[in-house]
Amino acid sequence: MRIHWLNWLRQVVLVTGFSLRTIPERKGSVAASVFGIAGVVAVFVGVLSIDQGFRQALIGSASANIAMVLRAGADTEMTSGLGREDVRVVANAPGLARGTNGPQASPELFVIINLPKRSTGTDANVAFRGVEPPAFEVHRQLHILHGRNFRRGHNELIVGRGAAAQFAGLDVGSTLEIGRNHWEIVGLFEANGGMEESEIWTDAAVLQPAYRRGTSYQSVLLTLQTPEAFDAGKDFLTSDPRLNVKVVRQADYFAEQSQVMTRLILGLGISITSLMGVGAVFGALNTMYTAVSARAREMATLRALGFGGAAVMLSVLLESLALSWAGGALGGGLAYLAFDGYRTATLNFQSFSQVAFAFTVTPSLLVEGVLWASVMGFIGGLFPALRAMRLPIATALRAS
Amino acid sequence: MSEPTDLVRIEDVEKDYRRGGEEIPVLAGVNMTIPQGDFLALMGPSGSGKSTLLNIIGGLDRPTNGAIYVAGERVDTLSDRELAAWRARHIGFVFQFYNLMPTLTAEKNVDLPLLLTPLSRSERQKHVAAALAVTGLSHRAKHFPRQMSGGEQQRVGIARAIVTDPTLLLCDEPTGDLDRKSGDEILSLLQALNRDHGKTIVMVTHDPHASHRATRTLHLNKGLLEDHPME
Ligand SMILES: Nc1ncnc2c1ncn2[C@@H]1O[C@H](COP(=O)(O)OP(=O)(O)O)[C@@H](O)[C@H]1O
Ligand SMILES: [Mg+2]
Repeated sequence: MRIHWLNWLRQVVLVTGFSLRTIPERKGSVAASVFGIAGVVAVFVGVLSIDQGFRQALIGSASANIAMVLRAGADTEMTSGLGREDVRVVANAPGLARGTNGPQASPELFVIINLPKRSTGTDANVAFRGVEPPAFEVHRQLHILHGRNFRRGHNELIVGRGAAAQFAGLDVGSTLEIGRNHWEIVGLFEANGGMEESEIWTDAAVLQPAYRRGTSYQSVLLTLQTPEAFDAGKDFLTSDPRLNVKVVRQADYFAEQSQVMTRLILGLGISITSLMGVGAVFGALNTMYTAVSARAREMATLRALGFGGAAVMLSVLLESLALSWAGGALGGGLAYLAFDGYRTATLNFQSFSQVAFAFTVTPSLLVEGVLWASVMGFIGGLFPALRAMRLPIATALRAS
Repeated sequence: MSEPTDLVRIEDVEKDYRRGGEEIPVLAGVNMTIPQGDFLALMGPSGSGKSTLLNIIGGLDRPTNGAIYVAGERVDTLSDRELAAWRARHIGFVFQFYNLMPTLTAEKNVDLPLLLTPLSRSERQKHVAAALAVTGLSHRAKHFPRQMSGGEQQRVGIARAIVTDPTLLLCDEPTGDLDRKSGDEILSLLQALNRDHGKTIVMVTHDPHASHRATRTLHLNKGLLEDHPME
């Protein structure tokens, strides 16, 4: 039995090898199939790398020990609102990490402004965030790349590097005019690829009067001593009768924020690549039918010598898969070279501000791309393989 | 009941092909025996069913009715898979157009049927060298088919057919694609294989010149063997 199987496997390998050797004679048809599949995989990986990059931008900076306090019923910072008194109570929650300014609780004000995009000149939304000193402890990954931080009480601001790249007029040293206010741009910051990089920051105390927000904020960000402190802190805050708040983990908040975009991209990506995939499958089918008819006599000869029909069939399928893997690798490689790290911005549907992110081609995306290619190769090889097996030997030998 | 020396026994073999709903009878009840050590020429006009009969003997095609026995074993009732293994063990085919793998050298082509056996690489090499020596092609072992003449390619085809030492050598118009001189050399080779190596050979041909080299000739006409063929 063992010998039998080894013999059979050997037949499959041999016949596939003979077939692959004849590729130079049919390189046109083979190339068409490989490039067809490569195209689909490139688009597939490219589109999904948008989703990956977007999610990484949103979630990448989320930390397990950061919690976010919003007004109860608010889904986003936009619709939230907390008074100065609320903020004071929130900062007394148990389990908060302590910093130089006391508990690490960062009340934040959030407004949306319009700025012209560098690329098109048309206006788009940017998040303008007013913060207090604890912000720089809670947003630990943030640091100034260029220039300096804003001074408290001054009309100064710092810009995230994503925002600076996307919008015109955000260079360090220049002045930004918004309404009747002038803001001096004093620094450029990065935040390890996180959401903050798409924003502009200033002192909350300056931003509040500029936008007539009195002493109110949108949210409070908390650093927990440990991720496990979340539940106790949440219970404390939601059961306090003076407060009407909800408490979420930062990662959950970002994940929810990215959902609309993720669904849109996945839907788009899958429908485009399915359509293209149908085309590529026909290309693969054509290539393998051509191969089977071109090699009909050769296959019949091998079978006359005693090679099995199933081995011949499997070799056709394997060749088709091999071609699809070549296409998948080519397409994935192209997508990686063309898209990976390509920086762009898109609308974050929940906050309606621009989120800067980089297309991110991850290894798992590449694997998915090759799997996609295999599906196409399998379908493209299956029917020609069945034809190869069913073709009577005597008939195939006659057709010379 | 067959004589113990009968290697092949064909009983009432009929073969119909179906073409567009119409049944075309090709073999209409063929009976014959082939003794061990025979060199049989099968003659007949084009389309008389010679190749069909040869393919049925070699297990490449199945009769519509009748039975085939080779070396005492009934062949036509084997499954496709069993038949493939049976061909590998018992049959050597020689084709009119050689049917060599263009991407393989002569020795690799000859090696092909041995890959289906449990022989080791060095044993296979010995068999390949012996088969190439018998066919007079040792000096062409490393050449590709396209680098060889038709006669040489057919010798490779014969070496491939005999390398497993099959029970039966089946040749379908082995000289049909060759000039007279090369054809004669191939026929001499087949004769030598029959005479000196005891190979049982069935050769389909429509060339009387070729059939004279055989020890016996049968004529197929309109799907039947003629008992007393005209000379
Ligand atoms: N697969 C097939 N389908 C239909 N007809 C066939 C098929 N194979 C052979 N035939 C017919 O059977 C007849 C005998 O063919 P063949 O055995 O090749 O004759 P020969 O070898 O004597 O020239 C021919 O008329 C041929 O057209
Ligand atoms: Mg014929």
